[in-house]
Amino acid sequence: MIKGQEYLKSKASFCLDLAKKLGATDVSVTVGNSISETVNFRNKALDESNRSDSLAISIQTFVGKKKSSISSSNLLDENLKTLIEKCIETTKITPEDKFNSLPDQDLLAKEIKELDLYDETHLDNDKKIDYLRELEDTASKDEKIINTESSFSENRGNFILANTDGFCNGYKSSSFTASCVTVAKDENSMERDYEFTSRCHLNDIIKPKNLGNIAAEQTIKKLSPKKIGSDKISLIFDKRIAKGLLSSFASAISSSAIARGTSFLKDKIDQQIFSDTINIFDKPDLVKGLGSQYFDSEGVKSETLKLVEKGFLKEYLVDTYNGRKLELKSNGRSGGSTNLYLENGKMSFDELLKINSKNLYITETIGHGTNLVTGDYSVGATGFLIENGEFKHPVNEITIAGNFNDMFKNITLANDLEFKYSVNSPTIMIEGMTVAGK
Amino acid sequence: MNNFLDKSDLNRKDVDEIVSDTLKNCDDGELYLEDTKSESILLDDNKIKSSNYSSDLGFGFRAISNEVVAYSHSNEISKESLKNSSQNLKSTLKSSKGTYNHEIPKTNNKFYEDINPIEQKSLDSKLEVLNKVNDYLRKKDSSVKQVTASFSGEQKSIEIIRSGGEALTDVRPLIRFNVSVMLEKNGRKETGVYGIGGRQSYDEYLKNDNWKNVCEEALRIASVNLDSKPAPAGEMKVVLGPGWPAILIHEAIGHGLEGDFNRKKTSAFHNLMGQKVASEGVTIVDDGTIGKRRGSLTIDDEGTPTEKTVLIENGILKNFMQDRLNARLMNTKSTGSGRRENYKHIVLPRMRNTMMMNGQHTQDEMIKSVNRGIFAVSFGGGQVDITSGKFVFNCTEAYEINNGKIGSPIKGATLIGDGPSILKEVSMVGNDMMMDPGIGTCGKAGQGVPVGVAQPSILIDKMTVGGTKL
Repeated sequence: MIKGQEYLKSKASFCLDLAKKLGATDVSVTVGNSISETVNFRNKALDESNRSDSLAISIQTFVGKKKSSISSSNLLDENLKTLIEKCIETTKITPEDKFNSLPDQDLLAKEIKELDLYDETHLDNDKKIDYLRELEDTASKDEKIINTESSFSENRGNFILANTDGFCNGYKSSSFTASCVTVAKDENSMERDYEFTSRCHLNDIIKPKNLGNIAAEQTIKKLSPKKIGSDKISLIFDKRIAKGLLSSFASAISSSAIARGTSFLKDKIDQQIFSDTINIFDKPDLVKGLGSQYFDSEGVKSETLKLVEKGFLKEYLVDTYNGRKLELKSNGRSGGSTNLYLENGKMSFDELLKINSKNLYITETIGHGTNLVTGDYSVGATGFLIENGEFKHPVNEITIAGNFNDMFKNITLANDLEFKYSVNSPTIMIEGMTVAGK
Repeated sequence: MNNFLDKSDLNRKDVDEIVSDTLKNCDDGELYLEDTKSESILLDDNKIKSSNYSSDLGFGFRAISNEVVAYSHSNEISKESLKNSSQNLKSTLKSSKGTYNHEIPKTNNKFYEDINPIEQKSLDSKLEVLNKVNDYLRKKDSSVKQVTASFSGEQKSIEIIRSGGEALTDVRPLIRFNVSVMLEKNGRKETGVYGIGGRQSYDEYLKNDNWKNVCEEALRIASVNLDSKPAPAGEMKVVLGPGWPAILIHEAIGHGLEGDFNRKKTSAFHNLMGQKVASEGVTIVDDGTIGKRRGSLTIDDEGTPTEKTVLIENGILKNFMQDRLNARLMNTKSTGSGRRENYKHIVLPRMRNTMMMNGQHTQDEMIKSVNRGIFAVSFGGGQVDITSGKFVFNCTEAYEINNGKIGSPIKGATLIGDGPSILKEVSMVGNDMMMDPGIGTCGKAGQGVPVGVAQPSILIDKMTVGGTKL
């Protein structure tokens, strides 16, 4: 059973009281418990079961403008006492930083709107196995599929965040996640692809047959890829890759990157950074949203932000510490973005494919070739050549490269946005990037 | 030595009974106990930004029946918690009819000392080094706009209790010291990063003001990049420098030679054992026994002593890296490659220190032989698609080569290649083999473990460079 609010609150207040007694001027504590049960299947048989029960506590102590922190998985009072003593000792010899403090009291979350983030349904492992069996039966129907691996995981968590300014709140959340990875083989190649579903509520996840079908179809389509020549060509990013570009944008507007001066978007507030049709939102109060939160990791209330309006950058993602440095108020984004999305474009997916006679459709990228200081982008890629709106053949062993400053200004969007992850984008087309191949 | 049961209501006899009872009809499995103390101290933006200390204690209980692994982990070391885990494993493997394999090799070797690096250097003296780094770099060059420096250290104590009461223990120190510097000149910004580390005390790495060398190297990389031009795009010859660029070996072939992917036949290498997969003269080993190295282990996370495993000998594929599960299912022996990030994770076959051995050539010969290509000296990180065999890695310091001469520095670019064929494109192997500075972390299935790499300079005849200049 997941630990209840009362237990977590008692641990949190034990720590607050003790740290105060030992000389801390301010204290913040997060204590949580998470339990997950996962079943993995491979080639239609049970491969692994995994049950995880994790406790975690993290404590920040302030002595004036000095700050230090500790974390532990051992919640025995005796251990906590030793750690808090150590933490305060460390705090006292750590140099002062005038920006260190708890969040402004008037920014702390007070009212809480029900977002339906917890589903108490428990699915027995035998039921998870039924789901995976049905999934793999579907995924392995085609003889080109030579290996299937799938996984079902049920996760639930509960936590309390408390500080010495009187904030004490927390909530339960759950997620149900299923995934399927298939390997297909023909005389020329062996390829892998996947499909995945994750929701707060069990009833909202994709049906096993659909999940298996999608994974298998996507994998078989990739067989016998060809390498293409180096070229400047219009690129279309599948939604699952487009969201990665949006995540890079979010990292570049985090107040820590801005305050440190290590972002290519520093000092770009009220400047045009995207083409003028682009609007980007971050919405923390989406009902059942995978990135939804009642308040951020410091207890600050978070409201919907319009980060980009008609191509102009309007806001950074601000926490307390970096906000003080930048002379901005925290907007409740201490943990980063919440439910981040690009608003739909005007045209359909099919229309987007037909704008240019030749496109490269990207379904997977590999590597960490994103430089947020310069905006340079260069990654390995896999995808399909599209001519006159038709998928011609799979492509691999190529790279795609450009710079975000140019890429963002050359984005055209389809109108196929769906909320599948915590960061979501419709299919996007970017012109002017370089493909390196043969 | 850590006594995990000290503060619990369990004694040794209870634990042995629960473990033996849970595993009695299983093929393998163990109770893994772990206690990790870790710290990280970060200087950033002219200030000590954070100092964090963490203490993490827990167990992972594993039972294996044929191919099926049942796993349960918890932070609470108590009779109730262990019995719950036992029940969970038994219910998953209720029809198991295995015979427990008691055999596990022994070792008297130790590749690092039982030290706690966190306690061996005072917080004051760590703060002093970080401040010196900041002052030194900012005074040295007025274009320095940002300095980040950090210490991270840990001591991980583990105990593995097998059915029948056999217990194996290890205490593993690990440290890392890192410096990152950002320069700004004429409107351009570039960063340079350098770090050092391994399984010794901080002071072993900081002797003779060695922190200055780390600063100089980070500064040098950033300065080179300030003058970089757009990288070329397309297929060309690539010369790799010695040391850290061996992450090419790690990505291109290392992952593909891990036992699990080959047992499951999802690796591009699974049907190539005994065949020629590299040019003659290419020998690659994975070695867990090099003293004090980041990727070294006295015993792996299943208790098997590590070894030096020859993966490719003179171009021929000789061995995969194995943990106990995959070794048993493939009728071979564990190579001491069974690793896990911590008690929250199952064991997987993983790399330790992956190294390409020396050849005959000099780096100079390689550069001279190239008409058009690039010379790559330092890398950020890499990734591989095991099944298609395609891998990438990202240059952080590279130069163009024109007519046998090193030319201008080029911007960071991704290089992409095909794992099973790339080593056949190696036409020269250098005589200047070097280990990396001790900073690598390898990710697989969501688990990060410390690893090392080494190689001499090599010349690759054909690789795709992912620049922007056509």
